[in-house]
Amino acid sequence: MLPDRPEPPLGRRLLSVVEARDEGAFRLLTLLDDEGPEPLPGQFYMVTRAPDWGGGLGRPYLPRALSFAGTTGMANGVSIEFLLDEVGPGTRELSRLSPEDECWVAGPFGRPFSRAGELTEGAAGAVLVGGGIGIAPLAPLRRDLIARGVPTRVLLGFREPAAAGGVDRLFGCEEVRVAYEAGSDSPARVTDLLSVVLAGDDAGRSAVYSCGPPGMLEAVRRMCADRGVTAELALESPMACGYGACFGCAVPRRDGGYLRLCIDGPVVRGDEIESAEAGEAGS
Amino acid sequence: MTAASLETELIGLPLSSPVINGSGTFDAIAAGRVFGERALSSENFPFSAYVSKTITEQPRAGNPPFRTWEAPAGMINSIGLPNPGLAHFVEDHLPVLRQLPVPLIVSVMAEDRDGFSRLVEGVTAAGGVSAFELNVSCPNVHSGLIVGESGKEVEGLLDRLGSFTDLPLIIKLTPNVARPEEIAEAAEAGGAAAVSLVNTLKAAALDPASDRPWLGAGSGGLSGPAIRPIAIQQVRSVSAAVSIPVIGMGGITDGESALDFIRAGASAVAVGTENFRDPLAGTMVRTELARALERRGIETIGELRGAAST
Repeated sequence: MLPDRPEPPLGRRLLSVVEARDEGAFRLLTLLDDEGPEPLPGQFYMVTRAPDWGGGLGRPYLPRALSFAGTTGMANGVSIEFLLDEVGPGTRELSRLSPEDECWVAGPFGRPFSRAGELTEGAAGAVLVGGGIGIAPLAPLRRDLIARGVPTRVLLGFREPAAAGGVDRLFGCEEVRVAYEAGSDSPARVTDLLSVVLAGDDAGRSAVYSCGPPGMLEAVRRMCADRGVTAELALESPMACGYGACFGCAVPRRDGGYLRLCIDGPVVRGDEIESAEAGEAGS
Repeated sequence: MTAASLETELIGLPLSSPVINGSGTFDAIAAGRVFGERALSSENFPFSAYVSKTITEQPRAGNPPFRTWEAPAGMINSIGLPNPGLAHFVEDHLPVLRQLPVPLIVSVMAEDRDGFSRLVEGVTAAGGVSAFELNVSCPNVHSGLIVGESGKEVEGLLDRLGSFTDLPLIIKLTPNVARPEEIAEAAEAGGAAAVSLVNTLKAAALDPASDRPWLGAGSGGLSGPAIRPIAIQQVRSVSAAVSIPVIGMGGITDGESALDFIRAGASAVAVGTENFRDPLAGTMVRTELARALERRGIETIGELRGAAST
């Protein structure tokens, strides 16, 4: 058993949809998990519409790896929230689910985010940097950090206001700064916000956590590396199984060879990898 | 009605069911780490024999990403056989794998006959292994021929390996030949204990955003239900051509599709890509296979084996 994560139920299980609603440009899907453990921020699930998918053209076929965006303890289990961006046949099917529908779910899988103090010795605070649908795993991380009394700044970025979603629902309005690359009075990238934060005196004692498109993640990785700030990145890769069976989700390691993103990630330290741009896959 | 029995025998190994795994589609060590040791108990382990991922003499990192592509009712992969190499496999993996509650079949691949010889000799000496599956979908560096595409190469390889191991040898047949039954006949003539088929079908996908191939290695192999009808036909013709057992695979997703392979002539079946969608796919296929037999009023799979072969 991997020591840093909860043990998922063996195999996959049928879970009911309890809520499905639009959140701006995204869809928020909530499943009731009456069997699995409380997941840790950064972990993901493999999700398939039940009874089975495989549309007229035979896709989607594989389950989709989804980071969870929040959990709520319930009397009969844990409700798990997922933020969906409709980018392909899998996310399209999942976006069309409604309450009472069911999903096949396996997990929670993967390496979670580290605690701030483990990532940065004597961490004075955390900086969360999210882009697009990549804001999802940062939401439960923020709640966890705040519950532990870690001062936490949240920087989020979207292409434009119309491409944003879920910010209020997942993060609340306070302490969150949002950058839009276009369609606002002061266009900016989320990395512009990060560079201001990293210019501060206490930047070296910050723990940076990030998830978003590969280009953004790579920019965050380099900015942090240049300034000697430790960063953890939640990466994405085409993933068939989620539990180490297929060896498909390979990401080059800095010291040679590949890591299996499903069990060695999806959260990796910036200095473990060659580049955060190794993989992105619409699904 | 009497419950159907799935117990069977394959190359001298008593198996609790005919449902095993395809090489490289279930990492027992990773499953134990992710789901806990209970995943490897006799109660929970999904297969009646375990086929390892392919081992080579030297460690291999595998192919650059991307390694997978979702295809209609299937997937293309070009993983590139990442593995720790013979020495680490024997030292670190074999002690875990030989504790599995089922017979262990080790898949091996090398660039020439000497390499294969050293692999089977080394693993045999380490002990705890029931059989080898020879992954022959690679070129022989000396002849330049893909071993599995040449009956002569297959027979020559088997002939050589006989003096390096007493364990049964299974040839994994490639479907990328005009007449797989000819390769199977050569395998039988060379003393193979069984043949397994099909390996993946050669395939490629193009990057939607450029004119390059999607997979890092350029091309890969297609698996999943998309290839099942091709696999069924190849199992039928190979079963008709040889008298050694055939292990059938290619897009098995449930009990009925497993039974199709048995009716086509397979003595055992392997679940592959479905393991990616369901970590307990092997258990599900086994359970459904028993029900499928009961629905037909049949007590053992032997009664149906080859019912629909050529």
